[in-house]
Amino acid sequence: MTATEPDLAALMTAVRDRQDRAAFAALFRHFAPRIKGFLIKSGTEAALAEECAQDVMATLWHKAHLYDPARAGVATWVFTIARNRRIDLARRDRRPEPEDLLWMQDGTEPDQAELFEAAEENRRLAQALADLPEKQRALVQRAFWGERSHSELAAETGLPLGTIKSRLRLALDRLRTRMS
Amino acid sequence: MAHYPITHHLTDDLLMSYAAGTLPEAFALVAASHVSLCDECRARLGAYEALGGAVLDTEAEAMTDDALERGLAACLSRLDRPAPVQRPAMRQGPLPGPLADWIGGGLETVRWRPLGMGVRQAILPTSRRATARLLHIPAGVAVPDHGHRGTELTLVLQGAFRDETARFGPGDVEVAGQELDHQPVAEPGVDCICLAATDAPLRFNALLPRLLQPLFRI
Repeated sequence: MTATEPDLAALMTAVRDRQDRAAFAALFRHFAPRIKGFLIKSGTEAALAEECAQDVMATLWHKAHLYDPARAGVATWVFTIARNRRIDLARRDRRPEPEDLLWMQDGTEPDQAELFEAAEENRRLAQALADLPEKQRALVQRAFWGERSHSELAAETGLPLGTIKSRLRLALDRLRTRMS
Repeated sequence: MAHYPITHHLTDDLLMSYAAGTLPEAFALVAASHVSLCDECRARLGAYEALGGAVLDTEAEAMTDDALERGLAACLSRLDRPAPVQRPAMRQGPLPGPLADWIGGGLETVRWRPLGMGVRQAILPTSRRATARLLHIPAGVAVPDHGHRGTELTLVLQGAFRDETARFGPGDVEVAGQELDHQPVAEPGVDCICLAATDAPLRFNALLPRLLQPLFRI
């Protein structure tokens, strides 16, 4: 069974406001296999990927007070933590992060309409991604698995990296059209 | 003083690579610094990260119930340990938070080296895939005419410069590729301070700067 974004947002809010461990367990069951999959596709060995999925979820718990459903979906937030874990694992480049905006921490709760709209937008994005032709979707996915995967694709297909990048741009244009 | 809004932004390619976490440190430093100053690029970055979230959500790797529950138990047992404290990046004068963090202080901590004509630079420590440096160009002074072999990003932190293409003021970022051969000139008035990053050595068109290139690592 796949949890939908409103469910995930409610679970995350319960973790943030009440340190609800049952809600955290539900989030873990949803995301741990996804984080593991993401890290494996980025080139991480399976056992390490599973261990790192635990790190990512523990970070999610410890940063729960920063969660703002109007700003980013839970999947987006999990992605940024998993991405940063992958960067740490590679031990090559550190990641400078932008300043936080002060209004993000003013403690006011977004209203229901805003939350609904944010969740709806994430749902449409997921649908638009699912509706892409297979090859284009694969290019978008690979872009997020890391640089290694694009050079691998270049090696597998014999296509120059520039061609792969321009095809990726086409895929993104298509997503943009669907979202506007 | 006239107020110019930010008009030169990061390209989609750079923002998506920053969202995906694949930029070399020097470029990521420019991206994080620009996003700190530019709400429009912050929003675009958010959209690319949302796409990353959508990608992550489609990619479940099969885990047995047993493995999942063991992982959960291990994770739950860690939740009460104190979390590592992270200081938010703070702006220091003209330096955006991520840049001030990177150099460990404000402009007064920068150790400048003269480049001639009153131009000074400070190379920042980054991974070797690309280099980053701060440039201090006195008001009205030109940087030697140069072309590029790779990509050069220049983010203005203070003052402004003009080249053959446009005017670049605080927060603006110039993305120059191989096709651009330019001679940036700092505007009169305030000295211009920039953060520049490149993934290949610059090509100078006059003989002397080319001889000096290995020495100054520009």
